[in-house]
Amino acid sequence: MQSPQKHGAVSSAVNSMISSARSPKGWLWHVWMAVVVLMTATPARAVDDHAPSGAALEQLISELVAARHRQALPLVESLRAGTLRIDAKGRPFVQREAELVPLLDPPATTPEPPIETPIMTNQLRRVVQPAIASLSLSAEDLDTRRRAAEELAKRPSAELEDTLRAALERETDDEVRSALRLALAQLDVRSPDTARRLAAAQALRDAADPRLRSDIEALLGSEDDPEVRAVAQAALTRTDRKVMVYGALGHLFYGISLGSVLIIAALGLAITFGVMRVINMAHGEMLMLGAYSTFVVQNWFRDHLPQWIDASLIVAIPVAFAITCAVGILLERTVIRFLYGRPLETLLATWGIALILIQAVRLVFGAQNVTVANPSWLSGGVELLPSVVLTHSRLAVIVFSVLVVTFVWAVLQKTHLGLMVRAVTQNREMAASIGIATRRVDMWTFGVGSGVAGLGGVALSQIGNVGPELGQTYIVDSFMVVVLGGVGKLAGTVLGAAGLGLLNKFLEPAAGAVLGKIAILAFIILFIQKRPQGLFALKGRAAEVV
Amino acid sequence: MNARAASVTLPKLAPASAPRSLPLAALVLLLLSLPLVNAVAPTNSAVHVPDYLVTLGGKFLCYATVAVALDLIWGFCGILSLGHGVFFALGGYALGMYLMLSIGEQGVYRSHLPDFMVFLDWKELPWFWRGFGNFFFAAAAAMVVPGVLAFLFGFLAFRSRIRGVYFSIITQALTYALMLLFFRNETGFGGNNGLTDFKHIYGYPLHEASTRLGLYAASAALLVGTYFLCRAIVRSKAGRVLRAVRDDEARARFCGYDPTRYKLFVWTLSAVLCGLAGALYVPQVGIINPSEMQPSNSIEMAIWVAVGGRGTLSGAALGAFLVNGAKSWFTGAVPDLWLFVLGALFIAVTLFLPQGVMGLWPKLERSLRRLRRRP
Repeated sequence: MQSPQKHGAVSSAVNSMISSARSPKGWLWHVWMAVVVLMTATPARAVDDHAPSGAALEQLISELVAARHRQALPLVESLRAGTLRIDAKGRPFVQREAELVPLLDPPATTPEPPIETPIMTNQLRRVVQPAIASLSLSAEDLDTRRRAAEELAKRPSAELEDTLRAALERETDDEVRSALRLALAQLDVRSPDTARRLAAAQALRDAADPRLRSDIEALLGSEDDPEVRAVAQAALTRTDRKVMVYGALGHLFYGISLGSVLIIAALGLAITFGVMRVINMAHGEMLMLGAYSTFVVQNWFRDHLPQWIDASLIVAIPVAFAITCAVGILLERTVIRFLYGRPLETLLATWGIALILIQAVRLVFGAQNVTVANPSWLSGGVELLPSVVLTHSRLAVIVFSVLVVTFVWAVLQKTHLGLMVRAVTQNREMAASIGIATRRVDMWTFGVGSGVAGLGGVALSQIGNVGPELGQTYIVDSFMVVVLGGVGKLAGTVLGAAGLGLLNKFLEPAAGAVLGKIAILAFIILFIQKRPQGLFALKGRAAEVV
Repeated sequence: MNARAASVTLPKLAPASAPRSLPLAALVLLLLSLPLVNAVAPTNSAVHVPDYLVTLGGKFLCYATVAVALDLIWGFCGILSLGHGVFFALGGYALGMYLMLSIGEQGVYRSHLPDFMVFLDWKELPWFWRGFGNFFFAAAAAMVVPGVLAFLFGFLAFRSRIRGVYFSIITQALTYALMLLFFRNETGFGGNNGLTDFKHIYGYPLHEASTRLGLYAASAALLVGTYFLCRAIVRSKAGRVLRAVRDDEARARFCGYDPTRYKLFVWTLSAVLCGLAGALYVPQVGIINPSEMQPSNSIEMAIWVAVGGRGTLSGAALGAFLVNGAKSWFTGAVPDLWLFVLGALFIAVTLFLPQGVMGLWPKLERSLRRLRRRP
């Protein structure tokens, strides 16, 4: 920054203006003073008025900034945006559409041609950047200061060192102070002054920010002073521990959210398998249909009720359930009931159904993925680390899966249908002989199982891609859940899915996604050596029917 | 022993009987004569089969071998594998590795290493590629690798009495997991692109019509050999036990047989045969990549058997030809319809033709007889 002594007259004018900036003297006084300032501050321009002199503009900015003038920020920003105009008298205007609005003079001032457009040169940039930083750092508003400090802490440039130090000096808020210290620390790690390096190391240790790990390493690499080294070493340890803990939290979260998707996907599968001993290979396609229902509902809202677009997801839930439930009942009535007692053939027939559904969707909606937007109340998330973000949509999926499990539990335990479903699951012949219409139970079970898959599709549309082959990606995993969890017990499916989800996400960083999958397969094969009927087998003869 | 075996429920489906094997015999003769005709007839004569059809036929013969091997376990032992594609692909990879190494320094990068390794900046051959420069080693590996994997997998699965749909979906997971593994570059099998750009097999250039005829003949021989081997097995006493296990595993066990051993034997044999089919398939199509291990491929193999007729062996081979013939035609003429046709085939065969095309024969005969009786 230029020292104000060189421009004594200007400075005194500015200073008097500053002292009045927040005093109730009224804007006319400011304007007058500004005119005075500009007239006196730009003598060069009167001589050479062909181009707005970079030096003059630089000086103007410096003075305004040093004075913390309220128009300083708009001026600098319009310069950056390319809308700043300087007229023949050196007065700054800002271009707003066709109009030129004066920045410092009374609103009615008309610019005198020729009007010049100052260009942002590197020279100017060196003044402007610290200008903006110091302006924001000295703002009245705490939020503005905090935001500016945090922004600077990410990527401080060496030119800002003095600004930062000055800001730290007068700052009172702890949060802003620590951000400023962190910003300075990144500059100070290369400082020749041991005390500064020590302070830097301490700041880095306190922040333990993984983004600054390389700075800590740089410091450790060249440091001779034992005290600084010790602090830097501590900083490195703390940072690494933080990365580990937050990373683990992130994996836990991703694992649970994956597990909750698997829960919804596998629930319906486990119910139909439990009741009918039928593996429904088209179950994944029910997920896909549910996701496409969400897409269709969203588009309907966009066309007809754009003001309610955020509600489309809520509406999609019953719609998806109804559609997939209807498709499920249709399939049961037309194909699956004829294959009763032939599980392997059912498996093949349902695979055929899956192929037809995939191809039909591909022809109707195209082979490309479609976009299902997150409603505004589900966008965003909580950032633990730059790499670990807990998105709201994933949180919502976890909550949703809890609701779905509760729903299915209520249907199974509290309704008449549920009672019959449980009876048929335990012993079909006995249930039939006491008067339960097992075929009708089959139909409704299949319907509800498919409907639950449709709900899973709604959830999936919020966290993943929606395409014709969506179901195929989840089907193998859902089967594994059924194998692991056993059939006939909700707890088995829930624990199986959550366990697989967590195992998956924790094995991924250790062994890579693929080896993780293989390890899980090996684990399942070894697991069923011990417990062939899954985690929670029904006791007694029911378990022998498969 | 004999008395006990007799007490086991008799199979619902009889083994391939004389009239049923007639169509296969005719088919085999027709197929075998094809390369012979080409070897003698001039290129422009009417009986000369176009080269692309020879390759296509050779491909189908490999598929038919898979179908027969699959029928051995599904039709006769009740084990539905949805992961046979993995054994097929492993056999293919084994021979593919040989073909890759036999390219020598004629690759794009003029290196003794396969191109994809140069591309990945590998300096030497990974240890598991050693020995694959030798044709016989690779051919042996095409049998041993699928065999060992099947044995281990089957041992664990059958021992814990995993049956029915449980077993099917675990085999599906097996092929899915291995597909993911082979998709990775680090695994060392060319990742996504797999192994391709083959030049020679055992010194013969692969693009030559005569080499292709030779491969065709080898595939035909493999199919015939597989058929007779499987037929011998299902007609033996072991075959009767297999059918007993299929119809009531618990009962067979109580009769004093150990179903695990029988199942493990046919399961492993089936995998070995698939591996061989895969090994002959790869030089004919010129590429092997992980998509061969897609679960959907393995399920398609099951439908070949179902269309032809389970428990007939010859029907399975026929089914492979029918389904793949239809696939070739549809994917060329109306590609959008093929998945509908395939899906409908899955449903129709299970609903209306549980015995497959071969099940139509006796029906046809009966109605013919009725026609004849009516003057």
